[in-house]
Amino acid sequence: MVRDKTFGSRLTDIIILVLLIGITLSCILPIWYTLAMSLSSNSAAAAGRVWLWPIDINFNSYLQILEDRNFFNSFWISVQRVVLGAGLNFIVVALMAYPLSRTARQFRARSVLMWILVFIMLFNGGLIPLYLTIKELDLLNSIWALVLVGGAQTLVFNIILTVNFFRNLPKELDEAALVDGAGPWFTLFRLYIPLAVPVLATVSLFSIVYHWNEFLYGLIFMTREQYYPLQTYIQQLVVSVDPATMTEDQYRRLSELSNRTLDSAKIFIAMLPVLVVYPFLQRYFIHGITLGSVKE
Amino acid sequence: MRIKGFAKHYYLMLLPGYLWLFVFSIIPMFGIVIAFQYFNPGKGVFGSDWAGLEHFRYMFLLKDTREVFVNTLVIAVMKIIANLLVPLVFALMLNELRITIMKRWIQTIVYLPHFLSWVILGGIILDLFSYNGPVNQLGAALGFEPVLFFAKAELFPFLVVGSDVWKEFGFNTIIYLAALTGINPALYEAASMDGAGRWRNLWHITLPGIRTTAVLLAVLSLGNVLNAGFDQIFNLYNPLVYSTGDIIDTWVYRTGLLNLQYELATAVGLLKSVVGFILISVSYYLAYRLINYRIF
Repeated sequence: MVRDKTFGSRLTDIIILVLLIGITLSCILPIWYTLAMSLSSNSAAAAGRVWLWPIDINFNSYLQILEDRNFFNSFWISVQRVVLGAGLNFIVVALMAYPLSRTARQFRARSVLMWILVFIMLFNGGLIPLYLTIKELDLLNSIWALVLVGGAQTLVFNIILTVNFFRNLPKELDEAALVDGAGPWFTLFRLYIPLAVPVLATVSLFSIVYHWNEFLYGLIFMTREQYYPLQTYIQQLVVSVDPATMTEDQYRRLSELSNRTLDSAKIFIAMLPVLVVYPFLQRYFIHGITLGSVKE
Repeated sequence: MRIKGFAKHYYLMLLPGYLWLFVFSIIPMFGIVIAFQYFNPGKGVFGSDWAGLEHFRYMFLLKDTREVFVNTLVIAVMKIIANLLVPLVFALMLNELRITIMKRWIQTIVYLPHFLSWVILGGIILDLFSYNGPVNQLGAALGFEPVLFFAKAELFPFLVVGSDVWKEFGFNTIIYLAALTGINPALYEAASMDGAGRWRNLWHITLPGIRTTAVLLAVLSLGNVLNAGFDQIFNLYNPLVYSTGDIIDTWVYRTGLLNLQYELATAVGLLKSVVGFILISVSYYLAYRLINYRIF
């Protein structure tokens, strides 16, 4: 591209660069601050002396967490939930997207089945009916309530994304498979699933992140703390204020009562899995989103 | 071409997914009938007496329901506008940046907050804005009195919108960036030959080039007019800011699951679901008519 080299243009470049760096830092510094806080001493945290570097560096908060059985319990529940939820999501999406990507001529019910999915995606009965359904199914305090309820709500979006990906593949693929005498299962497993690796990686990332991050169902479907997934455990720890009335003073004292270094350590551990998984799958999700959203 | 006998295999592939969705998405939809009942948990949905529209009449008499509807609208509309404009400006700035490796780093970092939960970010934000947190420390250094930010009802909606934009702008940039890469570079070269400067390029090539995408996003966001963001507000609010920060979803949660007024909470939730469903349908229809957008 042809670039002009006038003073004004260079100045604009510099201003844009500074703004971009500033905005980008605002996204990473809060996370860094949390890490610094978790490594600082309680007194430094209470005095508000912690900025971007730990003061009186120590690992007491992390050692304290090592002795917190509830924390580990919740961590383990979240791990199970992610494995079951993302695994089921992968299997069901891989199975459903192929038949739903057939044309109306190849599969007559396709249109109706797709509209049912769209309806499920756009309409829901609300929180209370959902709660009562789970109660009736006797799934309160069961990990399956977390896996299946949350999973159902993200499933539809993931299916539609994958269907759109399949619809954009060349039609000749299908014909070639047919001419070679491949049946539906062979075509699915040998042709479509291998081709769908980027989009399946994307929906799996969405599913993993969703199940790791979701806290509400843990809060309403689990009646005892020992069944809470990690995010619900953290939610109860950091932000559980619910007296009916409250004054500013009470609010302030409540926040001063909390153990900032310990809470920061717990928050940091809770986001660590996302931070670790993120760079590996990042290249997939951008690819997958743009692939799935562009239609013929 | 339709092959005899393939359809039954297709149904077999679809069975597990539709079964899952039926139990955890469709069945809860029938639970909305309790909005029209005097629901008795002992008798269940089938045995409870009918109340007609009484809960709806009561809902419109209550002062807080009117308040939560207004709060929801105000917060959601502000979010929609900000979440359309900020990512657009950011994408345009990023587009001006010529240092490829830096561009990639910036993208990687700004997408990150999208993948962290509101439980985590809520905890971090409440700490950053607490009475002796970094924001107030910075204010003190500049000579301001400390402010209890999240206890001020008049500030709360803006803090909610601001933090939501901060979390999502990076991710929302992706779609604009995809549109920007679709612009033919030859256009810029030709314009530069003709003596067009940076601003003329922006005005006559870049903006028209992403107009379709921008219109599509604007139309689709219409469906979010009643979605003020439960996860975020639930993790940031407290009784001091109910007057401006309590939204339909948080109100339904407290009324239904904490105060056990199942019918009233279901009625409000149902109203929201129905209005939301209509809005989303209209927005999809408009997107289809205006730019031939299809969900599948």
